[in-house]
Amino acid sequence: MYGNAYIDPNDQRGKTIEGEDPVLLAEFEARILAGEKIEPQDWMPQLYRKQLIRMIEQHAHSEIIGALPEGTWITRAPGFRRKLALMAKVQDEVGHAQLLYSAAETLGKSREAMINDLITGKSKYSNVFNYPAITWADSAIIAWLIDAGAIVNQLANSKGSYGPYCRALERICYEESFHLKYGHDNVVHLATGTPKQREMVQDALTRWWPAIMHFFGPPDTISVHTEVLMKWKVKMMSNDDMRQQYLDMYVPKIWDLGLVLPDPNLHKNEETGKWEYTEPDWEEFKRVINGDGPCNAERLAVRRMAEEKGRWVRRAILGEKANYTVPFA
Amino acid sequence: MENMHKSLDPRITRANLDLEEQIDPLNELDQFQTYEVFHQKKRGQQHVHVGIVHAPNADMALLYAKEQYARRGVTSNLWVVPSSCVTATEYFDEDIFATTAEKIYRDPATYKVMDRIQAFKERQAQKS
Repeated sequence: MYGNAYIDPNDQRGKTIEGEDPVLLAEFEARILAGEKIEPQDWMPQLYRKQLIRMIEQHAHSEIIGALPEGTWITRAPGFRRKLALMAKVQDEVGHAQLLYSAAETLGKSREAMINDLITGKSKYSNVFNYPAITWADSAIIAWLIDAGAIVNQLANSKGSYGPYCRALERICYEESFHLKYGHDNVVHLATGTPKQREMVQDALTRWWPAIMHFFGPPDTISVHTEVLMKWKVKMMSNDDMRQQYLDMYVPKIWDLGLVLPDPNLHKNEETGKWEYTEPDWEEFKRVINGDGPCNAERLAVRRMAEEKGRWVRRAILGEKANYTVPFA
Repeated sequence: MENMHKSLDPRITRANLDLEEQIDPLNELDQFQTYEVFHQKKRGQQHVHVGIVHAPNADMALLYAKEQYARRGVTSNLWVVPSSCVTATEYFDEDIFATTAEKIYRDPATYKVMDRIQAFKERQAQKS
């Protein structure tokens, strides 16, 4: 589950392709233009490598941290089938993190270094997971509408240029189709249920809507210049284009259930074919992504506990002749 | 227990976490070495490379491979091979394979004899 890579607008590093060999760069760009994939052993510009590491790593961290708000509800899932499904979903998410860390490490950053950057707060992850899943209905909204957002993003990115990332995303999208159906089933169950159940799912939707609007990142007008990343097929769609696609796919489905979205301005302009809406609070987005959200501290503390308490076990089973090799693909 | 962090998740509350405390960074090989995973759907089919796992030994690698790559559909068999055992060609040598398509004498479709057989048969018929 993942939104769009968050690029810090103040980060001057890696905005430049200065110093790259023009011949190699031209070959690299021609390959991408022809629709070929870049593989780990190929020459690539520093900026391409850096942005991909950042993006895939953020994506992996999001899967790991995303398992926490949903995992909260495993012990209290209503009914055995839902409990089994939720366990499978949460385990899928952790597996997706493994696939993504593997793709990122082909670019030269070790898995240990990535985890260190997560638990010290240096790397980001999808901002939505800094909010709590207060009721069972929150977990249903996450499974349907946050996973739906992730699928929009991941399907776009699976057409990108970096081979290992595309392969990981194809497997992830295939597995996540069940998450979406499972989440939808849960929301429909509540929305077509008793008045109390309807109220519960409506409250959860109202709570999560701003986070859903934040999910694809800041609007293009205030986003960092991403032309070169689009040209290199690192970023496949602008934040706003993805948000439009998402609204087009899911707002009608939400309205179908008679649920209300907490934005009186939300409507589709039939002339432009575009959705219009109230911008969510982007200052809050920035504040939360930089550490000051309701759950940031707990999420990272849980991760640190897991790393630290499992450490002696990992050390005990590590073979004496262990020797790391960067995977080929 | 006054300062105990209260989470929505009772298991996390019970863990009594210190939200500020940092830990020592992970050392090299904390996440083990890598194994390449090959997946066979059904008996009789080829094993196909599907990705990697990190594991401390081959047995654990098989266990992780099952959890990671046999979560959907059907599986009949898995292989794991230490990544360090793989030797590969280089992508910059990709052109060593480029001439295969030019070697048309390896293509069964380029062998056409029927017109010659037909002509031969016609000649034979005229002779007799």
